[in-house]
Amino acid sequence: MNNTVTYQKAIKAATANLADVRLFVSKHAREHGFSIEDIADIQLAVDEACTNIIKHAYKFDDSKKLTVELEFDGDQLIIILTDHGVGFDTGSYKKPDLKKQIEKKKRGGMGVFLMRNLMDEVTYSEKNNKNILRMSKQRS
Amino acid sequence: MKTFKIEHRTNDGFEVLDLFGELDAHTASQLEESLKNLISNKKSNIIVNFRELDYIASAGLGVFMAYIEDVRTIGGDIKLSNMNDKVYNVFDLLGFPTLYDIFDDERQAISKFLSDS
Repeated sequence: MNNTVTYQKAIKAATANLADVRLFVSKHAREHGFSIEDIADIQLAVDEACTNIIKHAYKFDDSKKLTVELEFDGDQLIIILTDHGVGFDTGSYKKPDLKKQIEKKKRGGMGVFLMRNLMDEVTYSEKNNKNILRMSKQRS
Repeated sequence: MKTFKIEHRTNDGFEVLDLFGELDAHTASQLEESLKNLISNKKSNIIVNFRELDYIASAGLGVFMAYIEDVRTIGGDIKLSNMNDKVYNVFDLLGFPTLYDIFDDERQAISKFLSDS
């Protein structure tokens, strides 16, 4: 028997919509029994992922869209983010060197680190001109 | 969702920015403006009070990374206070506590400024 429950939300690629995405994610995660701590982690990971897409994949072009899909399967939540922008390999990351970045007044590079830290698994793929970011989190 | 806003006041001669709501890639530019204004007016002893801040994303932390050197170069500092656990965790994950003064309470930030001077 398949008990997967899915929810989907498409947004225009604008940072003004990040709050809506956070609300969408937290509402459903709460309904499915995730703890306040888990929800905070999930919200931040999704926010960082969407911000990266808006900034890097779409370069702030708000005529473009991205899709957030939530799949609840038992104790697991799988989040799938899809965009059609410039690919961004989340595999090539390392923990940001804060001291060095401050000296160079360079910000950024923190989103992928946070996503990988807050979620159990993060994978990235490109298929048919689509970038697909998949993140999972087990209910604690 | 609570709207993000910043209020500016002084406490014992120190500049205090009170943050409210949610700080993300959309609202970070407001914080950037506030810090830029203070720095261009040579106000460099700055405390950012997070008491009413519910949420922060890395774009918010990026603002502190971008301006801390400017402030320290003119002899000041940006000290952070009153974070809730959720907000502190994000700073902690990224290693901020070793490079920034983060206090439970605004008064401790003031004491640190006074003892440093």
